[in-house]
Amino acid sequence: MSEDQHELIVSVSPHVRSDESVQRIMWMVSLALMPAFAASIYFFGIKALVVQLVTIAACVGFEAATQKMVGRPVSITDGSAFLTGLLLGFNLPANIPLYIPVAGAFVAVTITKHLFGGLGYNIFNPALAGRAFVLISWPKAMTTWMEPVKSITSMDAVTTATPLNIAKMEGIGKLVEKFGGASSMYGDLFFGGVGGSLGETSAVAILIGGAFLLVRGYITWHIPVSFIATVAAVAAVTGNDPAFHLLAGGLMLGAFFMATDYVTGPSTRKAQIVFGIGCGLLTMLIRLKGGYPEGVMFAILIMNCFAPLLDRGMRAKTFGAVEKKKEAAA
Amino acid sequence: MKTGTFERGTHPPDNKALTAAKSITEAKVPSRVIIPLSQHIGAPCAAKVAVGDMVKKGQVVGSADAFVSSPVHATVSGKVVAIAPFPHTMGRDIPAIVIENDGMEEWAEAIKEHSDWASLDAAALRDMVKAAGIVGMGGATFPTHVKLSPPKEKKIDCVILNGAECEPYLTADHRVMLEEPGAVVNGLKILMKIAGVSKGYIGIEDNKPDAVAAMEAVTKGDSSIEVYSLKVKYPQGAEKMLIKAIIGKEVPAGGLPMDVGVIVQNVGTAVAVYEAVRYGRPLLERVVSVTGRGINETKNLKVRIGTPLSQLVAECGGFKYDTGKVIAGGPMMGMAQSNLDSPVIKGTSGLLVLDPEESETVAHGPCIRCSRCIDACPMGLQPQMLSVLAEKGFYEEMKEYDLMNCFECGTCAYVCPAKRPIVQWVKLAKMSLARK
Repeated sequence: MSEDQHELIVSVSPHVRSDESVQRIMWMVSLALMPAFAASIYFFGIKALVVQLVTIAACVGFEAATQKMVGRPVSITDGSAFLTGLLLGFNLPANIPLYIPVAGAFVAVTITKHLFGGLGYNIFNPALAGRAFVLISWPKAMTTWMEPVKSITSMDAVTTATPLNIAKMEGIGKLVEKFGGASSMYGDLFFGGVGGSLGETSAVAILIGGAFLLVRGYITWHIPVSFIATVAAVAAVTGNDPAFHLLAGGLMLGAFFMATDYVTGPSTRKAQIVFGIGCGLLTMLIRLKGGYPEGVMFAILIMNCFAPLLDRGMRAKTFGAVEKKKEAAA
Repeated sequence: MKTGTFERGTHPPDNKALTAAKSITEAKVPSRVIIPLSQHIGAPCAAKVAVGDMVKKGQVVGSADAFVSSPVHATVSGKVVAIAPFPHTMGRDIPAIVIENDGMEEWAEAIKEHSDWASLDAAALRDMVKAAGIVGMGGATFPTHVKLSPPKEKKIDCVILNGAECEPYLTADHRVMLEEPGAVVNGLKILMKIAGVSKGYIGIEDNKPDAVAAMEAVTKGDSSIEVYSLKVKYPQGAEKMLIKAIIGKEVPAGGLPMDVGVIVQNVGTAVAVYEAVRYGRPLLERVVSVTGRGINETKNLKVRIGTPLSQLVAECGGFKYDTGKVIAGGPMMGMAQSNLDSPVIKGTSGLLVLDPEESETVAHGPCIRCSRCIDACPMGLQPQMLSVLAEKGFYEEMKEYDLMNCFECGTCAYVCPAKRPIVQWVKLAKMSLARK
């Protein structure tokens, strides 16, 4: 090939790019949620599958429709709407009427994400904002929990309360009694055989996914560790059972998969630690003193507002900055 | 042997196996050379010859009175056939002297050997470096004699030779260290003498253990020179990162290596310094790695300055495909070329030809604030904020995020999953601010 037949492509450096992409990140995080997805079907049966599929379909559908409406390119293959659907579904009870997840998906994707500018621009975690909306709009349906059935085909729906709710209303002693002993309670909380939102009950399934994200570098320890450690510390200081507060409710899901959302959390590592501590403090404030038994969702949504401020105030040290200051002082 | 590294950075595939084992061979001397009057940072040269003049190899054909400048020389003997703006690897036309080669290879009379070079004093040596037109050959092209003339209040403690060659693909410095280790060390000793220091270091990335061994062998028993094997990480070869890795000091933001008592020179520059001092030869040729998956043969060529890029492509068997990207320099900081009539200049360390797939430009998406760029930026900046502000044209605000400390190494854009053109925006912002 002689050079005069050769077409030259010109662009600004760098001329090589890593093979990481937004699309791959979204699908990898979705993959990391698969153990919890499987656990939800194991514990809550076919109903769990139906609720989650409807939620995912609604999120992807609203993404395509909204993007078409506002004239932006449709980007449903980037996995971001799928991931929002997965997370929103995880935050719903198994026996919820199906119009509720659809309404939640609308608020999550169309309002929280796209009306704020689309991927990368939203202030609030879309799945959590969607969940907050449906919780406030349909409080009864959103807090009618199903007893785990451990059968994929079962259509039985025996309602129950979440462990956090029982602990709040009747005291932890009563809860231990219900489980027939503390070790049995911790076991059920760890493996997920308790009432609660679909994807949050099995701590072990979430930890497997969280470990995958940590090992592959999709998230770092800063937010989950500071969030979880703060919850444990507050529980210990206030005379509550730290192990119970770690395993019950949505803490694990929130700490590994929701608070770590890139877009709505801070970007600098220092700010992420403060963000995690803030999430932990607010979670425990709500759990111990608030009207709701669980506080993870509101804690993360409130901290989302502070993310840009934290980033601005807690920047990393610039190379050569220390010497410069010394010089200025001298 | 000591080791060292710096904080953050990234690991692009090094692709050096394409040329690392290939000895330096002489490129064909072109039938005409194009000598740009500006091949350095600083004042451009004025032509000192006229069209029709006969010139000899090594003769000064362009110079400037300004201190921050560097003369240019005829790299062949022959006739000046044109003095006019000519395509340049920096992307715009720049005045150049075109010399038709008469094939005689006649040296200018002024070229003199100095067998007594070891006894020359610092001032004489520095003048020789200046007269030889030596500039930073790693790619920065800053005049070497200027770096060797720090203001009196800046005390220099050591000279560091940069053999990191952290740009993927490039192996020119690697081969120079393997094939001319004696010249590298002699060059370093001359640089140390000019700087008035008794300490010299050579920093090499540890993907070149043979180069580390070669440099250790020639410096054995000489306690004034230490060889450092540096962890492979981009951009280890950036001056500031090199200094941090070897002597542990951070050049202050906005400052220069001399602020921490260091002068950094590329290993190729050291060889040029030695040849200028020992043999009186100006900088007429340099080693260029011609490499990449888009060219038929890959080579490390010793090339006359002024050789058209197209000739190097022809000498390496031509292009493999009918489309691709041709880059002067490495893939992280090199310039994509739009015209292969441009000549090799003093700072051309490589000619990289990417294949069609590698050359594809991908559309960028919105920033998802994943922090990868923050974790990778060697300067500790927040490239993600710079990119978001630049996208909206908020150039003034970018200064608050240390825009001016960015040296455009491309690490952020390399790691960005949304493929955002962060370096392009940074360059644009700096240009817009400079124009104000």
